[in-house]
Amino acid sequence: MNTQVNIAGVSLKNPVMTGSGTFGSGMEYGEFVDLSRLGAVVTKGVANMPWPGNPTPRVAEVYGGMLNAIGLQNPGIDVFLERDIPFLKQFDTKIIVNVCGKTVEDYLEVVEKLAQESAVSMLEINVSCPNVKEGAIAFGQKAEALYHITEQIRKKARQPIIMKLSPNVTDIAEMARAAEAAGADALSLINTLTGMKIDIHRRCFALANKTGGMSGPAIKPVAVRMVYQAAHAVKIPVIGMGGIATAEDAIEFILAGATAVSVGAMNFVDPCTTVKVIEGIEAYMRDYHVEKITDLIGAVE
Amino acid sequence: MKEKTTAKVLSQREIAPRIYDLWLESGLAAQAKPGQFIGVYPKNAATLLPRPISICEVNGERTALRIVYRIAGKGTAEFSTLKENDSIDILGTLGNGFPLEAGRGKRCFLMGGGIGIPPMLQLARELEADKSMIMGYRDGNLFLAEDFGKYGRVYVATEDGSRGTKGNVLDAIEENGLKADVIYACGPMPMLRAVKEYARRQGIRAYISLEEHMACGVGACLGCVVKTKEVDRHSHVHNARICTDGPVFDAEEVDI
Repeated sequence: MNTQVNIAGVSLKNPVMTGSGTFGSGMEYGEFVDLSRLGAVVTKGVANMPWPGNPTPRVAEVYGGMLNAIGLQNPGIDVFLERDIPFLKQFDTKIIVNVCGKTVEDYLEVVEKLAQESAVSMLEINVSCPNVKEGAIAFGQKAEALYHITEQIRKKARQPIIMKLSPNVTDIAEMARAAEAAGADALSLINTLTGMKIDIHRRCFALANKTGGMSGPAIKPVAVRMVYQAAHAVKIPVIGMGGIATAEDAIEFILAGATAVSVGAMNFVDPCTTVKVIEGIEAYMRDYHVEKITDLIGAVE
Repeated sequence: MKEKTTAKVLSQREIAPRIYDLWLESGLAAQAKPGQFIGVYPKNAATLLPRPISICEVNGERTALRIVYRIAGKGTAEFSTLKENDSIDILGTLGNGFPLEAGRGKRCFLMGGGIGIPPMLQLARELEADKSMIMGYRDGNLFLAEDFGKYGRVYVATEDGSRGTKGNVLDAIEENGLKADVIYACGPMPMLRAVKEYARRQGIRAYISLEEHMACGVGACLGCVVKTKEVDRHSHVHNARICTDGPVFDAEEVDI
């Protein structure tokens, strides 16, 4: 049985990675999961300098999922390089660093600092966070803006770049094509769906930020549809995510066209979800006599 | 490796209106420290996230955990229906807990307000000190007050004046002329602010236990932060994580 997949020349031992922002830099989950089991660890978004994030409350539960408006609190690239990368290097997994910024220059600064770091296999560019006022999602909702930032980053990056797409757009295929045309090596989707919750007892917003990004099992059908559409629009590999809780969910994304998948909000529900998904995929492959996981990619008829 | 575990319900009863007293058989009891909490999982998949609930007490054999919680929403409403021999998934033990060494051998206030009262009980059991335990309730529906009586002097305040001092825990301190060298407190934010202010005036240390909406409970999601005087150890931005850097903080360290 071969669970190996290849994304832009980077070989992953299995297709399961972590959704950015749901797994820290792996340290917090090291007590629960052998990080060497994972196909890759995708880190929390890192900017050129520390970001304090949004006021609290930052999280709220909704039916079958949650809303978050963390606002990309992060220690900045310098602390990250000094502390988080050496930690992750101890494990036999691929390191994918999620990069965020407010301006194109911010992104480029981080990308350039990461260029020296050979332990980093790929960069995931966050142009789809709905919770920060400037930058971020502004680059991910218009095809021209996405094309422009992708092109700039592609020129500077040493590693393959994965553009993380927002579902908060009219035509995901158009966005996927724009990123591919500008030189993206892979795509990941979906980021969270912009949502809102109101506390009817206090008559106030559940989140201090008013809106937040929705994740969790309730968004999975939307995510599967978008991954299917994006995968059919481009030739570069697509990493699928959105509400994956089980191996069955992961296989659904792979059949829809994803080369790899990420477990996101469900890490919060069960810290061992990633490993359970990996084991479940192996069991599925045994049950259905699937020799290579790559045979399943886009195999829906 | 740590993981989510299944605990067996030993007993549950309602000890005040909408306040439930639940004993769980769990191996986590062996490691539980006063002021730590556990994540408790609803079975209904529509309510996904673990509910952070403080550990109220550990039995003498350290084989069972007691949690005392108030029905605050769908998750806790589901927990209130648990019966003897039912099972429930939990994650833990989480958080730092109260620093016992800070109060050892000294005069200590253990102050609890409302649903902040339960975590003070295991602290009362384990802290070797001259303890005054001051509990604030909304009305005469007291809970746990008798349990505290086993470990020291208990003072009660009620907002409606039906039992003990009329007012809050600080009114009870004043009325009874109490003094301390160290304070441990858990309760609603206005009470914790008042405790911090009181400790500052008295020039004594106060360790306060905070709560906030949480998702992961293990320090990854950065949902439950509190502003801090010093840079936090995770993001270096003066935003400590209540779940892992806390929930207990030196009151002077946090901006509440």
